[in-house]
Amino acid sequence: MPDTYFYRYDDFDRTLVAERVEQFRDQVRRRLAGELTEEQFKPLRLTNGLYLQLHAYMLRIAIPYGTLASRQLRKLAEISRKYDRGYGHFTTRQNLQLNWIRLEDAPDALAALAEVDMHAMQTSGNCIRNVTADHYAGAAVDEIEDPRIWCEIVRQWSTLHPEFSFLPRKFKIAITGSPNDRAAVRVHDIGLRLWKNEAGEVGFEVIVGGGLGRTPMIGKTLREFLPRDELLAYLEATLRVYNRYGRRDNLYKARIKILVHEIGAEKMREEVEAEYLSIRDSALRLPAETIEAIAHQFAPPVLPERPMISGRVEAERLSNADFALWLKSNVAPHRVKGYAIVTASLKPAGSPPGDASAAQMEGVADIADAFSQSELRVSHEQNLIFPHVAIDDLPQVYKSLAALGFAEANIGKITDIIACPGLDYCALANARSIPVAQRISTHFAGLARQHDIGDLKIKISGCINACGHHHVGHIGILGVDKNGVELYQLSLGGDVDFGKTAIGTILGPAVTADKVVEAVDSLVATYLDNRQDNERFVDTYRRLGAKPFKERVYAAV
Amino acid sequence: MPLFSEAGLPASYVPLSFSDWQQRPEWPAVSLANTDPVEDLAPHVGRLRLIVLNFPKFSDGRAYSQARLLRGRMGYRGELRATGGVLIDQIPFMLRCGFDSFESEQKGFEEALAKARTLFSVVYQPTEDGRIPASRLRLDHTVAPTP
Ligand code: HEM
Ligand code: SF4
Repeated sequence: MPDTYFYRYDDFDRTLVAERVEQFRDQVRRRLAGELTEEQFKPLRLTNGLYLQLHAYMLRIAIPYGTLASRQLRKLAEISRKYDRGYGHFTTRQNLQLNWIRLEDAPDALAALAEVDMHAMQTSGNCIRNVTADHYAGAAVDEIEDPRIWCEIVRQWSTLHPEFSFLPRKFKIAITGSPNDRAAVRVHDIGLRLWKNEAGEVGFEVIVGGGLGRTPMIGKTLREFLPRDELLAYLEATLRVYNRYGRRDNLYKARIKILVHEIGAEKMREEVEAEYLSIRDSALRLPAETIEAIAHQFAPPVLPERPMISGRVEAERLSNADFALWLKSNVAPHRVKGYAIVTASLKPAGSPPGDASAAQMEGVADIADAFSQSELRVSHEQNLIFPHVAIDDLPQVYKSLAALGFAEANIGKITDIIACPGLDYCALANARSIPVAQRISTHFAGLARQHDIGDLKIKISGCINACGHHHVGHIGILGVDKNGVELYQLSLGGDVDFGKTAIGTILGPAVTADKVVEAVDSLVATYLDNRQDNERFVDTYRRLGAKPFKERVYAAV
Repeated sequence: MPLFSEAGLPASYVPLSFSDWQQRPEWPAVSLANTDPVEDLAPHVGRLRLIVLNFPKFSDGRAYSQARLLRGRMGYRGELRATGGVLIDQIPFMLRCGFDSFESEQKGFEEALAKARTLFSVVYQPTEDGRIPASRLRLDHTVAPTP
């Protein structure tokens, strides 16, 4: 068994997960026997990750901080084969969704997950959800501290938290340990950013009240610098204020962002700080030994330094143009000399973003075993990541990925689209999302052209709930319904990069489904005609404003 | 509604609503809405024998915070009763927040209450029930969990 370089369950964790499975088994039995009504059963199944959708139950499995060992991914493949239809969908919240689970099978599926120290707890329901992190954590060059240490501390504290299991609404926490935020911390209920102050101490910036959905908001900084050992006290204080005062009269006004908006960031800060002062010196303060013990488990693999230049890579680069492009878009620098972070694209041209079959999952697990310390990451952009690949191995990794269909050189490019399930699967949808993503992806499939266009993030949601993050897309596409016709509203200028987090602005009237590709094409053409130097699409838009884009789009459609 | 408690507490005082109780704060029993300011009881907790907290719906979790403030912040030691939407599957959470008696109409409540404390042998949070969270037990390397 290969070593893992992230948190390993001990007997405490295993016991709790096993007991939880047995509790759920009993709840399912009572539901099937008619002892529980669907209304009573609903919150119980939801906090175990089980949704009821149009045709079947959907199981949402937590991948805490997006980190997976290859043996865990193999188990996910096995579960999707045994209890589902042999594929799964990686989501924007570092979860895996299986869409065709039978209620009777759900406890067994959860027991199978528990065999590899995984669970589906709190992936749904009005509780603290699976905590997400920078997908490059532990490997990134710019990292100050591995955010997953803190994600794990928060995971444990939030699991079956007795006070916060019936909050006004769901609660999402994201943590980044790098100045270049890859975890979208400003659009979460709580975002935490590790940084080093002038005294050289590392602490958290605490950002509260961000979120997308029907009222997109950028989070407010409640605390510039929080000492690390006081994290749980501060979180407990914030959650307590929210649990007591968050709105419960209207589902759409129940998120913490609305509370912060209504009472103001200043008042929110006062309330939270007062509560925090009363509990700061309680048992919630983290002893150094506890932090160290968890940090120790995230100790990175010892990688001997290697040459940055590899003859094999250079030879392949010269003979294979796609590989050369792939090196540029799918390979990122690693903190150790001679290594790289590789992103496998789950967005091959024309296919639904984020899907993987059981065989593909197993193939990815094999690659991780051979080339990446048996470790993987799931990104919020719905791709899979090999965090520790030797540069010399890149040609082989590329070849193996190509065999799986995951070697598209499009990371960060126009076809690396995030799209929600939309009208094809979702009861709340106004319009289809996946077919729109597929058409755009097909239209722009040429890799050389994509690389010429450069970094451009398209995000598509089928309705105002914004599961596809359209508000923060450089180009956001939102499905709307006008008298039974599916229309698409375009917005420009959204972003989630740190310091630049922005909600996009609506461009103009919504366009019909058959015009979406043309409209995107016009936006891109406007950019290409006007860009200066190495400007990205979104920079050109910021410099010029909407006018030239708008004129061209509406002249064309 | 039937009343349950682990200790088999005898039926005690009749609680007054918060507004009535404010007129007669010497009365030892009060019933709060989940929007009533629980902090106002602080000067009186030494005399109070029964505090009833209300769950208008089982999914409305405000009274969990009220309970923890009473037990943890104010050191209330008397009976703490949950009423309203009180269901079997919430008992473990309620016990952890310091409730010790329950009004519920759900069938099988008594059996569930008897088992609720041992349903989970591991807890992660320090709360008012005095159970030692896993993070503390780990510091004492001689302790292993009992499966
Ligand atoms: C098909 C079934 C789905 C339904 C019915 C659904 C429903 C919803 C609803 C109602 C919200 C808004 C909640 C609120 O603002 O309080 C929401 C938010 C969200 N959903 Fe979904 N969703 C579905 C699938 C997905 C999938 C597959 C993903 C991931 C790819 C996803 C990712 C998200 C995210 C990230 C948000 C948060 C936006 C925010 O509030 O910050 N959803 N969803
Ligand atoms: S954005 Fe709307 S259509 Fe898309 S998955 Fe969410 S709820 Fe469904």
